[in-house]
Amino acid sequence: MDRYPFDNYWAHLGVFLVIVLAFVVVGVMMYIWVERRAFGVFQLRMGPNRAGFWGILQSVCDAIKVLLKEDVVPFAADKWVHMVAPVIGFLPVLLIFAVVPFHYGHGFLPDLNVGILYVVAVSSLGVIGVFMAGWSSNNKYSLLGGMRVVAAMVSYEIPLVLSIIGVVLVSQSLSMNAIVTAGPIPFFLLMPLGFLIFLCSAMAEINRGPFDMLEADSEIVAGFHVEYSGIKFAMFFLAEYGHALAMSAIAATLFFKGWEGPGGEYIGVLWFLIKMVFVFLLMIWLRVAFPRLRIDQLMAFAWKFLFPLAIANLIVIAAEVVGFDGDIPWWMMWVNWVFAGAAILIGSRAYHLGGGRVEVQA
Amino acid sequence: MEVRTEPFVLNMGPQHPSTHGVFRMRVLLDGEVVLDVEPRIGYLHRGIEKLAETRTYTQFIPLTDRLSYLSSMMNNHAYVLAVEKLCGIVVPERGEYMRVIIDELMRISNHLAAIGFFLNDLGASVFTPMLYMYREREKLLDLFEMVCGQRLTYNYMRIGGLSHDFPPEFLPAVKQFVDEMPHYMAEYEDLLKENEILLARAKGVGCVSKELAINASLSGPVLRSTGMEWDLRKKDPYSVYERFEFDIPVGEQGDNYDRYRVRIGEMWQSMRIIRQAIEQMPTTGPMNAEVPHLLRPPKGEAYGRIESSQGELGFYIVSDNSIAPYRLHIRPPTLINLTALRDMVIGWKVADIIATFGSIDVCLGEIDR
Repeated sequence: MDRYPFDNYWAHLGVFLVIVLAFVVVGVMMYIWVERRAFGVFQLRMGPNRAGFWGILQSVCDAIKVLLKEDVVPFAADKWVHMVAPVIGFLPVLLIFAVVPFHYGHGFLPDLNVGILYVVAVSSLGVIGVFMAGWSSNNKYSLLGGMRVVAAMVSYEIPLVLSIIGVVLVSQSLSMNAIVTAGPIPFFLLMPLGFLIFLCSAMAEINRGPFDMLEADSEIVAGFHVEYSGIKFAMFFLAEYGHALAMSAIAATLFFKGWEGPGGEYIGVLWFLIKMVFVFLLMIWLRVAFPRLRIDQLMAFAWKFLFPLAIANLIVIAAEVVGFDGDIPWWMMWVNWVFAGAAILIGSRAYHLGGGRVEVQA
Repeated sequence: MEVRTEPFVLNMGPQHPSTHGVFRMRVLLDGEVVLDVEPRIGYLHRGIEKLAETRTYTQFIPLTDRLSYLSSMMNNHAYVLAVEKLCGIVVPERGEYMRVIIDELMRISNHLAAIGFFLNDLGASVFTPMLYMYREREKLLDLFEMVCGQRLTYNYMRIGGLSHDFPPEFLPAVKQFVDEMPHYMAEYEDLLKENEILLARAKGVGCVSKELAINASLSGPVLRSTGMEWDLRKKDPYSVYERFEFDIPVGEQGDNYDRYRVRIGEMWQSMRIIRQAIEQMPTTGPMNAEVPHLLRPPKGEAYGRIESSQGELGFYIVSDNSIAPYRLHIRPPTLINLTALRDMVIGWKVADIIATFGSIDVCLGEIDR
């Protein structure tokens, strides 16, 4: 496989930049539409159904509206930081897509040999933009949101990475393509605990579902982007859903065998997209059903529940890899399922969410 | 290195997504921990008590709808009860039964909204539980529309009775609703009762002790959640409540979860009362007492109180034998329940202020009046 299909670095760069940008923007719009339609189903209502067929153009209309809005910068804001923050928040999302293998050997940098390491490194950059926004807005809600996101990100990176290491151990490679082709069965079957930990941490990482601490609309209004409007707000919105897009793409790659499937050589992209949307629907389901955790419970959940479980998962997977000399047979999944159930049961017995009152002198 | 933190003041509201209207709190925070909460009341003040002095007794009824607008007809009821006490008007039996049915339907509808909003304040992302609760509330609103043509501000009760008789299809519809409701209640219980996150967020949070509850003169579900069996429908029966069999659901430790459970329990009891009321209700007879068009109550004063969905709702009226009250005072249950908010949330996190505030079930129309 040629590293630069167009035989020219700059041509390659140009073509794939356009493709990735278009994919992210259109994908985000589709995700928003899918989410809103799914919410409609979950919540006994219609969801958007006016603009276009089944409201499919609703996101386009919203995007146009939000782009035309006035861009307000608070008087006391740190103007430069305030302006740069959305860009820094959005950039890592694009960078993640550089290594996502949409199809065998087709992607921006399709065969980066440290692909997943790169993803982990880049995806944690987004928090800087969010924190910059929270800090520079000179708003207490934003500051609270910014502080929360830093705390949450730092905690959830760890179980996230530990669950990814499990996959890497089995596939014995950091390359995304190698991970897709490795393993006898999809990894979400082979290591269910790893997948659940990944899903939880990924949802916390992209601030969705019961972990949407940094926005927490009922508490701190909108968190870090209270003071953003117009195109800057759109950038944050794009970054948030782009992150969801990226995380579901990575989940599909790591745990659902990415573009592999019947006829994968020809319609691999289709398989990949289907798996992505499936992961995203899982996230929507969790988001729509659960109340939000409190910030201390969120941290405790990461450190006292997910972290030990991720370590246990890693040890078991490592033992299996060593025991079978790197070639785990598919029937080990039964063992792993039993292990996952037992680990979750024991973990939830050993640790309960709750508590949290602090004695203060008023 | 020692980390030095500094408390800061956060002005929550009046424009805040979950302050149930326009409530404003001045919150002193140390990071996420709440050091102090100071409610600043009055943003929605409309001078309703003063307005009463410039209106005849009947003209004031629509304004009572605007107090706690999620249980408007109970406000009507408390007010007309006070006026009836003042004038010594006895409402015919059928009218009393109709009032009870309407009150209890109103209580269900209010609690549905209260629980929905409470879960919303817990951050149940995008209104999901609330929309489920609103599915049933919508049916109740249809019922109310059937009797008086309105869906929010009903203006249904009159001094000495009610404005319209029940249409013939109303009672069967209520019966059907009461029969269907347990199914939906079971659905809520399935979804919420054992929900781990709900338990973590609500259990043990925002506790109010029995002593504090009594000293602060709390009432309604907030009082009952502390284990205190106090319900005016039982302890000081008005209308025909002494004829019904029902229990007073109580909590144990007065936390957010107990308040939520008490509301669920009260909805079950309301359904019990409605069933009995429909059975016992006389089918014929007048529903309105003979009341002069322009009421001139004798000199004196009266206090009418009912167990509204939020607590003891009282109207205190002083009459100087003119067509308008000399002075009218409202005892809003939520304002008084709100006085315990500070003690409930100190030491908890920012998110708990909102959750606790939601669990008190306030209505700003009533607090600011």
